[in-house]
Amino acid sequence: MLLSLPSASTFSGDIDGLVVLVTLLTGGWFIATQVMFFWLLWRFRAGASPKSQYITGKEPHLKRWINIPHTLILICDVVIIVAAVRVWVKVKQTLPPPDDTVRVVGQQWTWTFQHSGADGTLDTADDVWTSDTLHVAQGKTYHFLLESKDVLHSFFVPVFRLKQDAIPGRTITGWFQATKTGTYDILCAEICGIGHGIMGGRIIIDTPEQHASWVQQHSTMADAAAASTDTTAAASAGASN
Amino acid sequence: MSDHATAAPAHGAVHHGHAEPNWFLKYFWSTDHKIIAFQYMFTGMAMALVAGFMAYVFRMQIAFPGQAVPLFGFVSPNVYNALITNHGSIMVFWVAMPVLLAGFGNYLIPLMCGCDDMVFPRINRLSYQLFLLSAIVLLVSLFVPGGGFGGAWTAYPPLSAVPKYNLTPMGSTMWVLAVALEFVAFLLGGINFIVTAMNARAPGMRAFDVPLAVWMIVVASLLFMASVGPLIAGAVMLLFDQNLGTAFYNPARGGDPVLWQHLFWFFGHPEVYVVLLPAMGIVAEIMTVFARKKMFAYKTVIYTVIATGALSFFVWAHHQFVAGIDPRMSNVFTVTTVIISIPVAEMCFLYVATLYGGSIRFTTPMLWALAFMAEFLIGGVTGIYLGASGADIFFHDTYFVVAHFHYTFYPIAIIGTIAGVTFWFPKMFGRMMNETWGKIHFWGTIIPFNFIFIPMFILGMYGEHRRIYDYTNFPDLANPQLQALRITSTVALVVMLLFQFPFLFNFIYSMFKGPKAEKNPWKSNTLEWTADSPPPHGNFPEMPTVYRGPYEYATPGRDTDYWPQNEKA
Repeated sequence: MLLSLPSASTFSGDIDGLVVLVTLLTGGWFIATQVMFFWLLWRFRAGASPKSQYITGKEPHLKRWINIPHTLILICDVVIIVAAVRVWVKVKQTLPPPDDTVRVVGQQWTWTFQHSGADGTLDTADDVWTSDTLHVAQGKTYHFLLESKDVLHSFFVPVFRLKQDAIPGRTITGWFQATKTGTYDILCAEICGIGHGIMGGRIIIDTPEQHASWVQQHSTMADAAAASTDTTAAASAGASN
Repeated sequence: MSDHATAAPAHGAVHHGHAEPNWFLKYFWSTDHKIIAFQYMFTGMAMALVAGFMAYVFRMQIAFPGQAVPLFGFVSPNVYNALITNHGSIMVFWVAMPVLLAGFGNYLIPLMCGCDDMVFPRINRLSYQLFLLSAIVLLVSLFVPGGGFGGAWTAYPPLSAVPKYNLTPMGSTMWVLAVALEFVAFLLGGINFIVTAMNARAPGMRAFDVPLAVWMIVVASLLFMASVGPLIAGAVMLLFDQNLGTAFYNPARGGDPVLWQHLFWFFGHPEVYVVLLPAMGIVAEIMTVFARKKMFAYKTVIYTVIATGALSFFVWAHHQFVAGIDPRMSNVFTVTTVIISIPVAEMCFLYVATLYGGSIRFTTPMLWALAFMAEFLIGGVTGIYLGASGADIFFHDTYFVVAHFHYTFYPIAIIGTIAGVTFWFPKMFGRMMNETWGKIHFWGTIIPFNFIFIPMFILGMYGEHRRIYDYTNFPDLANPQLQALRITSTVALVVMLLFQFPFLFNFIYSMFKGPKAEKNPWKSNTLEWTADSPPPHGNFPEMPTVYRGPYEYATPGRDTDYWPQNEKA
C-alpha cells in the first residue's frame, strides 16, 4: 500500500494498515490545528482586530477549546498504541512454526545466505550458500537466523516491511512468509562503514515448485562438493555461489 | 548605579577598570554574559555555514551520483560518510546547542531576570573556551590522516570502536573527544543558567513572573545536566575501546554494542527537548509581543514543559525498536513515546490559542515564530508514525525518519534561531534590521525548506534507507521517478542556501548601518527592553524591580496596550 511499494509478506498489510490508521488520526488533528492556526491569523490580523483582548486562559468557555482536544488526543493515543502493539506482537514477538529456515549473515559489505537445501534442515551437507541473493518460496513460513561477523548491519526487505538489526556475537531469530513472487531489494539499513552504500542484495521469491527445483539443482552441487571434502570446506566453497 | 558598583567585585578586575579594555580582553577574554553569548552565537553560526556546505555537497552527490560537485570535487564513499556524520553532529552539538541554549541563554537570562551578569562569570568564560576548543578539535578531525569520522552522529560501536572497521582511527577518536569536550562546556554553562535564574532575579520577580524563554532554557539545562552523565561515561568507554584495547562494546570479549545505544539515546532523546525548549521559549516571547496578547494559560505552558521534560527520560528506546533489544521492551517505550504527544500537543494548542483575540502584526520575527509553529507541527505528527512500534519496523532508518527529524530540528535550529536573532537584534546591536530583506529571506527559506523535506517523506515510504551515497546500486531504489524526487530536494536545498546570503548581508549591514533602535522598539514588557540598546556592561542603569508577570498586554483600564514588568502600578 505504502504508495506503490509492493506488499509481499503476510504482515506487510498489517503494517500498512497501521500507517493508514496513524495517518487518519494524526492527519485529522494536523489539519484541524493548521486550519485553526491560519484562521486565527486571518481573523485577528491587526487590520481586522486593531485592539487585542485581555485573556488569561482561565476562562472556562475558552479553556474547553484546549481541554476537549486534550482528552480526544488521549483517546487517539490509546487507539494508536493498541494498534501498534498488536502489529508489533504479530511481527516481532510471535514465531509461527517454520516450514523452512534460512541463516542471514551480514558482514562488511555483503549479505550471505545459508539455505537449508532439500532436507529442509540447516547446517547439513546439502545446505546452499549464496551471497547477496536470497531464494525463498511463496506461501512458506521462514525463520531467519540473523548474524553479523563484524559491525552492526540491518536486514531490511522493504516489500516485506521487515527490518531487524544484526549484532555481532548474537543470533536473532525472526520470521516472514512471502505472499507474492518476484525479485526485490534487500538493503542494509544500518551504517556499516565505507561500503554501506553498496551493501544490498536481492530476494527472489519463487513459487514452491520453482523454488524446489532451484534447491534441487544447487543442493546437488553442494552434495558433490561435500563428497570430495568435509562439510566445513563445502560451506566455505559454496559461499562464493 | 550603587547596585551596579557593589556587584562589580564578583566580576574580577578586568572589566571594571576605568580604562576601556583592549579588543582582545573585550571580545575574547570577557566575562560579560552578552559578549559570551555573542561568542557562542557567532561560533554557532559559523559552524552552521560549515554544516550547510556539507549538506550541499552530499545532497549533490545523491542527486547527481559520481559527478564532481562544484566548489568541492568528487565525493568518495568515505568522504560522503564523514560529511553526513559531521553535518549531523555539527547541527546538533555545534549549532543548535550553542546558539539556542548557550547563546540565547547567556544573553537573555541576566537581562530578562534583571541582574547584571551571570552568577559565575568566569565559569561562563571557561565554558565558551572549552566549547571553542571542541569545535576546533572537530574541524581538525576532518583533515587528519584517514579522514573524518564516518560512522554517523550516533556513532554505534563496533563500527565506531574498531579502527579496522571504520578505517578512520584518528578521525573517530577526535570526534568522540570533541563531543565529550562540548558536553563539559555545556555542563559548566548549564550550572550558570540554573543558578542565575534561581538566585539572581530582580526583587519582586517570583517564579511565575519569569518569562517563558528563561523558564524553558532553565528546564532545558536541567534536562541536559540530568541526561548527559551516562553519555559522558559511554564516550569515555568508547575512547578506551578505540585506543586502549578495552572491550566495553566488543561482544567477543564480553562487551555489548547495544549498551552504547542505551547510553547514547538516554541522552539523545532528552537532547531533542534541550534544543526544542529554548526555541519554544523564544517563540512564546515573540508571539505574545506581536499578537499584543497575554500568553494563554502561562502556568499550564510551564507544567506541560515540565511534563514533557520528565517524560523525555522514558522514551529513549524508541530509537532501538529493531536494534535487537528484547521485543517486549518495545511495548513499554511505545506507550511512553506516544503519550509524550499529550503535553507537547497541549503546549502547541496553548500557543495557537494565544493568537485568539490578538491584534497580530506580521513583522519578520513574528513570521519566523509563526513558521516555527506551522512547520514544527509536521515534525510532531510524523513522530507518531515512528513511535508506533509496529510502523517503525518499516520506517526505522529510512528517509521518513530523516524528514521527520528535520521537521523538528530545522524549525528549532534555523527558524527558532532566526526568529530570536531578528527579534532581539535591536537590543543586541542597537540598530534595526531591514524588514523588506527580512521578508525576502523568510519566504526564500521557508518555501524551499518544504521542498527539501517533503520529497524525503515520500522516498522513505518507498523504503529508501539512510546514509547511502549512490542509490543506483539498488535496483528498486534506482527508479528514475525516485531520482527525480532526490533531485527536487537537492535543488531546493541549493535555492535555500542561496537565500541565506540576503540574511547575512542584512545582518552585517544592519549591525553597522541600520537605523538606530530605541530601548523598546517592539513595545514589549520584559526587562531586557528597559536596558539601553545595546545594554552596557552591567546591563541596567538602575537595577529593576518587578511588579507583575511578563505578558500583561492589553490590560483593561490602561491607555497603552503593554505594561512593562518593572513599571510601578
